[in-house]
Amino acid sequence: MTVTFDPAVANSEQLTKARKQPHKLGIPKEIYPNEHRVAATPETVKKLQKLGFEVLIESGAGIAASFSDDAYQEAGCHIAPNAHTLWTEADIVLKVRPPEDREIELIPEMGNTLISFIWPAQNQELLEKLASRNATVLAMDAVPRISRAQKMDALSSMANIAGYRAVIEAANNFGRFFTGQITAAGKVPPAKVLVIGAGVAGLAAIGAARSLGAVVRAFDTRPVVKEQVESLGAEFLELEFEEDGTGQGGYAKTMSKEFIEAEMALFSEQAKEVDIIITTALIPGKPAPKLITTAMVESMKEGSVVVDLAAEQGGNCEVTKPNEIYKYKGVTIIGLTDLPSRMAAQSSQLYGTNLWHLLKDMGGAEDYKVDFEDEVVRGALILHEGKVTWPPPKPSNPSPAPAKSQPGTVKTVAQTAEQKSDSSFFWLIVAGLALVGIGIGAPSSFLSHFTVFVLACFVGWQVIWNVTPALHTPLMSVTNAISGIIIIGGMLQIGSELTSPATILGAIAILVGTINISGGFLVTQRMLKMFQK
Amino acid sequence: MSNNLVTVAYIAASALFILSLGGLSNQESARKGNLFGIAGMAIAFLATALSSRVTEYTTLIAVIVPGAIIGAILAARVAMTSMPELVAMLHSFVGLAAVLVGLSNYLQPESHLVGVEATIHELEIFIGVFIGAVTFTGSIIAFGKLKGLIGSKPLLLPARHLLNIAMLGGSIFLGWQFMTGANGLQSLLIMTAIACVLGIHLVMAIGGADMPVVISMLNSYSGWAAAAAGFMLSNDLLIITGALVGSSGAILSYIMCNAMNRSFISVILGGFGEGTNSSAAKGSQAPQGEATPTTVEETAELLSNAKSIVIVPGYGMAVAQAQHAVSDITKILRKRGKEVRFGIHPVAGRMPGHMNVLLAEANVPYDIVLEMDEINEDFPDTDVVLVIGANDTVNPSALDDPDSPIAGMPVMEVWKAENVVVMKRSLGIGYAGVDNPLFYMENNQMLFGDAKQNVSAILAKLSESGGTKDITKTEKVLVNA
Repeated sequence: MTVTFDPAVANSEQLTKARKQPHKLGIPKEIYPNEHRVAATPETVKKLQKLGFEVLIESGAGIAASFSDDAYQEAGCHIAPNAHTLWTEADIVLKVRPPEDREIELIPEMGNTLISFIWPAQNQELLEKLASRNATVLAMDAVPRISRAQKMDALSSMANIAGYRAVIEAANNFGRFFTGQITAAGKVPPAKVLVIGAGVAGLAAIGAARSLGAVVRAFDTRPVVKEQVESLGAEFLELEFEEDGTGQGGYAKTMSKEFIEAEMALFSEQAKEVDIIITTALIPGKPAPKLITTAMVESMKEGSVVVDLAAEQGGNCEVTKPNEIYKYKGVTIIGLTDLPSRMAAQSSQLYGTNLWHLLKDMGGAEDYKVDFEDEVVRGALILHEGKVTWPPPKPSNPSPAPAKSQPGTVKTVAQTAEQKSDSSFFWLIVAGLALVGIGIGAPSSFLSHFTVFVLACFVGWQVIWNVTPALHTPLMSVTNAISGIIIIGGMLQIGSELTSPATILGAIAILVGTINISGGFLVTQRMLKMFQK
Repeated sequence: MSNNLVTVAYIAASALFILSLGGLSNQESARKGNLFGIAGMAIAFLATALSSRVTEYTTLIAVIVPGAIIGAILAARVAMTSMPELVAMLHSFVGLAAVLVGLSNYLQPESHLVGVEATIHELEIFIGVFIGAVTFTGSIIAFGKLKGLIGSKPLLLPARHLLNIAMLGGSIFLGWQFMTGANGLQSLLIMTAIACVLGIHLVMAIGGADMPVVISMLNSYSGWAAAAAGFMLSNDLLIITGALVGSSGAILSYIMCNAMNRSFISVILGGFGEGTNSSAAKGSQAPQGEATPTTVEETAELLSNAKSIVIVPGYGMAVAQAQHAVSDITKILRKRGKEVRFGIHPVAGRMPGHMNVLLAEANVPYDIVLEMDEINEDFPDTDVVLVIGANDTVNPSALDDPDSPIAGMPVMEVWKAENVVVMKRSLGIGYAGVDNPLFYMENNQMLFGDAKQNVSAILAKLSESGGTKDITKTEKVLVNA
């Protein structure tokens, strides 16, 4: 064992040594049919350059997304004449679609780094091919869905576009208005849209359909999304049934049989009513659940539209034909799988920014590092120098820890509250005793002054609480000026001869007190003049 | 003027003083409030001057006129950034005056008092002088610290609590001797000296970040000193005024302490130093990660792309005198239809309300300057928060980390905003000596350098881009025409 192990280590060390710090990014033209997206736009290229990368782009890579070679050149890119030069020269290749066989062949012997959508679970064969080329591969679809990684979550940014485009496609195939109108030519009722699955795509669809004026209803097995759905102005449909469908990583899990029956009953009822159904239900690693049966489609009004965003994974609708728009008994079924690509400029921009965030997190050009400790990088890394590193170890779930600390905090709060009431009680007693003591010991002349004093304290207390915090500084300077009233004490002392110590001290007191009065009032006046609306 | 008339005048003056403080409840009535105060003071002064007990008008004028002139010069010359110093200095004057009035009163024999009344009178003198002396030296030290003449680090003598108690005990003992012994003056003077040392020691032990509390505490003391003088002179006006000022200062101290989640006792006994030590010992909670530096250009771009902006200023803005540039930025951004607001932490700066005065000086309208409680819940909807020279008041560990020395202190929850840009000279710690996890957060960027230079640079960038925008607008208009 050791004998076989050692050369392997030596080999990989050699490889690492031979590889210089990667700094050249390559953006090839996507060769998948009808793929219009590109992994970088002139705008993201500029950002990538700021990270210290040199960017090489294949000639014509952005044409389909309306980004010309000139625009890239203007942004500081070098144009590679063909795919071969690009793959050999680039240290890191950024792609959208998983590489095709002829692209894999272009990967140089030493193996460069590839960042792209890969779908490793569905593409075992591809993984092996890439491994044989010694490549390091980060799959954008495997970026863990944790809050820190949201900015690199390409699935979400693509889903968002898909959701929007689904509504646009539906509108295109729907022969009526979305919004209700009352015109001279008669009343138009608003279109009713049902969105199934309120993930990123579902929510985007809800938002788009709402802003076109449709009445939108949404269903999801996860009750937590109810608030999000309602915040977009849609109605959240609920089953009279208690089961939480929240699964891992923001997806839903498979539900029980009873639940599915209740769900189907709801859908068949809705199908008769609504004009447009948009389905977005996916369960990771499994074919999409069949939610819209043939019978339901048949029960829909003629001219209705079904958009199946899960078409690539088999479809949520039984009659979906992937990559096709066709009419099934008067109902248009849209099974397009390239919705993001149909908005290539937008999706390239978002995807490019996702990539930029990932590269930035990996240290930019200078500190570029494939860090196994980094949860995000580890999650996305499916091949490291030819070794398969997928699936990643399950992330530890940190949620129990804060729950544990909670009771402790509550306890301390309760304790301090108790202490507080104790001490205030103590002070009340002290104050009471002090009052009794004064009542017994003090002469009446003192008591009358004391009355004035206590009342003045209370008046002050009441008045000062009303002072707005913004005026605390003027408050201090004005109280300062007022406390200069102490000159009256000095004035009462200077009555006797001029040289007596009492008079001299009194005179000095008046002097400093007066400084206080004039200084305090004038500076307050100066400050208050500045406060203006 | 008869005694009754004087009394009536005093009542009027008291009422005017209360109205004056009441007037400060909002900005509109504040100026009127100040005028009420001036009127009250004038009435009180004239009534006393015309009363039968004051005859030495030459002496009076000889001290009043220079005093008034000096005060006016001070008030006209002071920069708004050094308001705390001025206030501290004026406090020391009240303290000094209280000491002098007390001593002078003792030296002027009032033989008609006998028995309990005499004792009480002496007690009043003693207490008045004591408070006055503590206020006097305490304020001088506070002035020195604010002015930078004395280091702002707390001076923590060993056994300083014992020292304080010993000084207090000594003063009480001297007080007993003063009232019973034959050599009263000597005891009074020794006590004055001890009280002076106590004042120095108390304020020396308080760090720079606690200055708002110290200032308001001294404000309170100066009021109590005046009230004590009123008791000793049997003058109700002094008592009322003293009590008003005293309770005002006490409330301010209370608000400030609340804003820092500290007890008043621990502040005046110099508690912040202790907190720092314990955190250094624990040290485990040092935030991890890397702060993202940013540039003036990026910040300007961020600001011009944002819809709602909150600016959180701190003492750093005052030090750098950046308030005018900040105000200009605000004007530009507001002109472009962005919502710009200011969030002020109660203890930002070196005295209560310090930031408000600075912003007012720079012509920032006061209705967009909000308090912490008013703005905290708006942070999640804010696009960009610009933190200028603030640190401890935006430190999330006050809420998250129970071991932090500032744990439990209410803070500006700026990290909930989309983007935060912190302008700071370095990654250094604030006055509380606590590292700030905010700097290492994902949505935070650091703009290092002098606040004024950076703010001016951003201003230049913004007005540049604004210029081009205006041009395109005019072009459009031309095309439309």
